[in-house]
Amino acid sequence: MAAATKGSKEQKYDRQLRLWGDHGQETLENAHVCLINATATGTEILKNLVLPGIGAFTIVDGHTVAGEDVGNNFFLSSDSIGKNRAQAATELLQELNSDVSGNFVEESPDKLLDNDPEFFHRFTIVIGVQLPESTCLRLGSVLWTASVPFLVCKTYGLLGYMRLVVQEHTVIESHPDNALEDLRLDQPFDEFKNHINSYDLTSMEKKDHSHTPWIIIVAKYLERWLSEHDGQPPKNYKEKETFRQMIREGMIKNDDGVPEDEENFDEAIKNVNTALNQTKIPSAVEDLFNSEQCSNITVQSSSFWMMLRAVKEFVYNEGNGSLPVRGTIPDMIADSQKFINLQNVYREKSLQDAAAVSKHVERLLQSVGKPVESISEKDIKLFCKNAAFLRVVRCRSLAEEYHVDSINKDEITSCMESPDSEMVFYLMIRAVDRFYQLHSRYPGVYNYQVEEDISKLKLCVNSLLQEYSLNVNIKDDYIHEFCRYGAAEPHTVSAFLGGSAAQEAIKIISHQFVPFNNTFIYNAMSQTSATFQL
Amino acid sequence: MADAEEPEKKRRRFEDLTEKMAVDSGHRDSGCDWEGRWNHVKKFLERPGPFTHPDFEPSTESLQFLLETCKILVIGAGGLGCELLKNLALSGFRLIHVVDMDTIDVSNLNRQFLFRPKDVGRPKAHVAADFINSRIAGCKVVPHFKKIQDFNDSFYRQFHIIVCGLDSIIARRWINGMLISLLSYDEGVLDPSSIIPLIDGGTEGFKGNARVILPGMTACIDCTLELYPPQINFPMCTIASMPRLPEHCIEYVRILQWPKDGPFGDTSLDGDNPEHIQWVFERSQERAAEFSITGVTYRLTQGVVKRIIPAVASTNAVIAAACATEVFKIATSAYIPLNNYLVFNDVDGLYTYTFEAERKENCTACSQVPQDLQFPPSAKLQEVLEYLTETASLQMKSPAITTTLEGKNKTLYLQSVKSIEERTRPNLCKTLKELGLSDGQEIAVADVTTPQTVLFKLNFTA
Repeated sequence: MAAATKGSKEQKYDRQLRLWGDHGQETLENAHVCLINATATGTEILKNLVLPGIGAFTIVDGHTVAGEDVGNNFFLSSDSIGKNRAQAATELLQELNSDVSGNFVEESPDKLLDNDPEFFHRFTIVIGVQLPESTCLRLGSVLWTASVPFLVCKTYGLLGYMRLVVQEHTVIESHPDNALEDLRLDQPFDEFKNHINSYDLTSMEKKDHSHTPWIIIVAKYLERWLSEHDGQPPKNYKEKETFRQMIREGMIKNDDGVPEDEENFDEAIKNVNTALNQTKIPSAVEDLFNSEQCSNITVQSSSFWMMLRAVKEFVYNEGNGSLPVRGTIPDMIADSQKFINLQNVYREKSLQDAAAVSKHVERLLQSVGKPVESISEKDIKLFCKNAAFLRVVRCRSLAEEYHVDSINKDEITSCMESPDSEMVFYLMIRAVDRFYQLHSRYPGVYNYQVEEDISKLKLCVNSLLQEYSLNVNIKDDYIHEFCRYGAAEPHTVSAFLGGSAAQEAIKIISHQFVPFNNTFIYNAMSQTSATFQL
Repeated sequence: MADAEEPEKKRRRFEDLTEKMAVDSGHRDSGCDWEGRWNHVKKFLERPGPFTHPDFEPSTESLQFLLETCKILVIGAGGLGCELLKNLALSGFRLIHVVDMDTIDVSNLNRQFLFRPKDVGRPKAHVAADFINSRIAGCKVVPHFKKIQDFNDSFYRQFHIIVCGLDSIIARRWINGMLISLLSYDEGVLDPSSIIPLIDGGTEGFKGNARVILPGMTACIDCTLELYPPQINFPMCTIASMPRLPEHCIEYVRILQWPKDGPFGDTSLDGDNPEHIQWVFERSQERAAEFSITGVTYRLTQGVVKRIIPAVASTNAVIAAACATEVFKIATSAYIPLNNYLVFNDVDGLYTYTFEAERKENCTACSQVPQDLQFPPSAKLQEVLEYLTETASLQMKSPAITTTLEGKNKTLYLQSVKSIEERTRPNLCKTLKELGLSDGQEIAVADVTTPQTVLFKLNFTA
């Protein structure tokens, strides 16, 4: 790629590269997204994928543009009335970003499923918008078998609905908001111990004393505490207070016996609580260690599971029950040299641990006959650095959600104990889908239908609840409201869903940040939302 | 929002406004509409429903109100602004003004979708208005390539609702103060027709918030100033002599080395000039090498110098959508508006939290309660200055302090005009007593954070 183009892309995408990095951007640029139905919701989702530069998109839509389609859709104009909607929308979406390649298929998804279901196998993700239930289920089955992630989106009146269907989605870089530091104060490794020993707080000049990193201070006082308390660290609030007081006493005093201002000691005292946290493997990671994919490494195992298994082996051997050291420390009051030296102690240990994990990776690759180069050092280092934050998202299939024997009855019933829970909107959306199946139209589309459809919709609600033996009560007001909506797709609700769905798609494509699991409801009336696992 | 005791007043206000605006509203422009155009909107305006606002009455006139009369001001034509303009236009609003003082930069293009590479350098307000007006038939967006401070109350008074997509807390506080200054009180009772609702949106990476402010009635920007903690800068001693992070090295070059070396003549550091950033980058690498610090990159350098906040299209889309939904609800009384603060975060799944931010009893902006300044007469003016800038609830930037002494207006300290700053600087070291101030004296403070002077009452402590 010409340097000029690369440079201008870096400039253009600068603000998002700071979130997912160049490697994240690369996954986007290699992605091919399929959108089914270029309604307002659909084009808003696609806009938020085209702007950040996905490689390509294909719109599948057999509909012809109607007047009301243009009214709520930024990517259709009145000139497009009468034209195929996929084509019309592709033109105006393509225009947003010349880096992206746009395609369209003037066909309904049902036809494609009839004639060429493998058409959908080529996509990185398929996003289905305003799809009737039957099409959803058919498509869901094809994509599930082909392991293509499927994101179902629906705007219905003032409600937004999303359903993510992905069998197994691994995340190495989850970028947690409030990650705990990995300081190992409770079980200092040898090099750390040696480093701590190189300090003698009692014989230091004030300048050095006041610029010693708080980690060293806590480590020193912890050593003293352990020797005075039979090897038991401070456990409860009282003991931690005593420990803090011990550190406070350690502040240098001036000639009048008044403690000097030593910010590093203040930091130590402030950090006692988290510093004394036990180093342990998060339960989420333990669960991953115990999963089948980790125990059963085959030639088909993805690099994620290979590396996870390697880390597990490390934990049981070189790691002595702990994950590889992360290698980073937070900034703290200290002079440059002391800080850098301390940082290097952690950094070098993390490199050592990563090398040990590498050996395990090699062994595993060899055991299944794969070349050692299949997984790079870079990837292993990244994996080790994120070992405590690994996540795997597994969504149930649509078939499971919809089948009478496997519907998540408990979740639905317990949520509906509050009759105004967002769960009621999930049930109403299922009910209007049922209405559509029965009457080949949605309720209340025309003014004269609103009143008479209320009783028809109520029948659908009741048959839904009965079929699934759901002992819940849905207030009449909701049934009335859903007739009132008349399957309207107001732009602002479409836009909210557009942003939400696009970011979930980006998470799926980039394998960074954690996608929702698996049903999201947005209520624009109250500006509230909820996520359910159905 | 709806006070049970005042629905009559609100209905009257709606009618008053419609009548008031009928005279100076735009001409009827039904010529550009086509069959079915507003179907998605009409269902919410022409049909009764169980969850509508108590004031709501289904009518075919509400759509006409949106199309022909309702005037909305959008502040900012950037990440949120572009989305807001699109959302409002596709919801039936046609009389929209947009204010933005910036020109288009290439780094805007990943999310500010009304702009193209050929538009780089042009004013955002103009390009945005042109695009919307040409894409959405009948829409009449009026652009203003100006700062919000360039307009006075008569400009702001013409709008039914104001919606902000700003990237500055100072600007937010300013417009907040402006709308509060427009409020009129009749014998201590707030006249609801003087309220202009303010919808405010903000985003940062994958986080965002949207809030509804009814000036004089609900929590204003200043009521919740603590939600925006002051930006933390690195301590000078760290930057000057004890760097530990690559950021410290960059700040050293920006703050200390650039003024000293004066590269590129005597110009100040321009974060948008790649040559300047390159220079800072190289010097930062040198400094980092001195201290064995790793991690200085060009991208980091630019980020630190320009205080860049990461941004994506999706978060802006979500927050602007929520804001526009509220504009629609308020303009049409279709539903009860958000009461009053929504927080959004999609780092891990999608998280929203909705709560009612409370008014602060003694809010400097909206409480109408004269603020107390408690100091001993021996306190120096400098201490008062520090109080005004450092208190979390005030966070003034460069307050100008004046008072009346012996019937004459006297400036005690003013920073923004060099000559006056020099003249009044000695006052900072004088005590309040020495300056001739007495107990109960009224002190007036002006600052960029508010369009109106804030009145304080001096309360001498022992």
